[in-house]
Amino acid sequence: MNAPGAMPLSRARRQLVLDGLGIVVTAAGFGFVYGVAAAAAGFSLVEASGMSLIVFAGAAQFAAVGYVAGGFPWLGIVLLTAFLNARHLLYSAAIAPWLAGRRPAERAVMAHLLTDEAFALSISHFRRVGRADTWGYWYAAIVTTWIPWNVATIAGVVVGGALPDPAEFGLDVVFPAAMAGLAVGLATGRREIVAAVVGAILGVTVSLLWDPAVGIVAGGLIGPLVALALPGPPMAEAYPAAPLPVDVEHPERLVDEPAPPGGDRGLP
Amino acid sequence: MPELLLLALLMGAVTYPSRAIPLLVAGFGRLPAPALAYLRLVGPAVLAALAAVYTMVVVTTAADGTRTASFHIGIEWVAVLAALALVIWRKSLLLGIVAAAAIVALARATGAA
Repeated sequence: MNAPGAMPLSRARRQLVLDGLGIVVTAAGFGFVYGVAAAAAGFSLVEASGMSLIVFAGAAQFAAVGYVAGGFPWLGIVLLTAFLNARHLLYSAAIAPWLAGRRPAERAVMAHLLTDEAFALSISHFRRVGRADTWGYWYAAIVTTWIPWNVATIAGVVVGGALPDPAEFGLDVVFPAAMAGLAVGLATGRREIVAAVVGAILGVTVSLLWDPAVGIVAGGLIGPLVALALPGPPMAEAYPAAPLPVDVEHPERLVDEPAPPGGDRGLP
Repeated sequence: MPELLLLALLMGAVTYPSRAIPLLVAGFGRLPAPALAYLRLVGPAVLAALAAVYTMVVVTTAADGTRTASFHIGIEWVAVLAALALVIWRKSLLLGIVAAAAIVALARATGAA
């Protein structure tokens, strides 16, 4: 059941699948490059793949490969990893209200798969549908990112540098283009636009003054505060559908439920 | 156990809490309205920050491990703006992404970037 004004589920899922295609390509491309770099740094196939499976965070993995190759102490690598991945706290907090009705074990697995891409695709999808759709989360997290990243890691280690650099095909711009496009999709009102613009400006400024990992977190934290400080009606009045996960016909239920027979649950 | 698997486990151990704590802490589904309003705005803010930082900032790592961020102006700006325009006009993220990649690939192939 969709919230009033929300996109039908089957149509939203089709859009999610299409939106995710570019992410698949870029995850595969850079998973491959990671595999090549890891092999060159002396990682075995098990070690490179293990890192992709266990850490599953591109920026931290690339940094770790460089630091391992440079002989840096593990403590520094681990601390840098925590620092680079701190932004996931924001993603988790933003997506938690949508997924509050899921079982803890399921949420624990969802948490491990929460990446930039999974967050961007699934939060956009939930907003379009007007409620949580766990099929959409699994698709965004596993199909578009986890599978291509891990398969490509193996390919990168095994095939080595035989394939050209993905940057030659412009694949390095796919990630920022996708994030920008998904941000536009979420910018449905004045406050969202202000949050996005302030987040972008602060993100770049703090990145240049300190570090991109801090800049992204600063933009994501402070942009919404500036937007909320704008004069105007409170968010709850401006966006009546704002608290999202509640099924409008069954407000006691959170997030998605089994499909009604013949309901709007068709996959793409 | 291969040595670097232990490093991966340590990296995973410091990454997982930031991904999991809000998702697993009870009560996040029933936050007060102001908190939900704030979290609703986190999505556009953080995605815009990611897009802007990945387009405009380049990080170089020195031999001693020092990371330095510098402002970058290049064909990537044109590509991301083109993607944005296509997303707004055609309502297609895929089309925007393909156009962005094509612009950058063409510019690099012709030596324009």
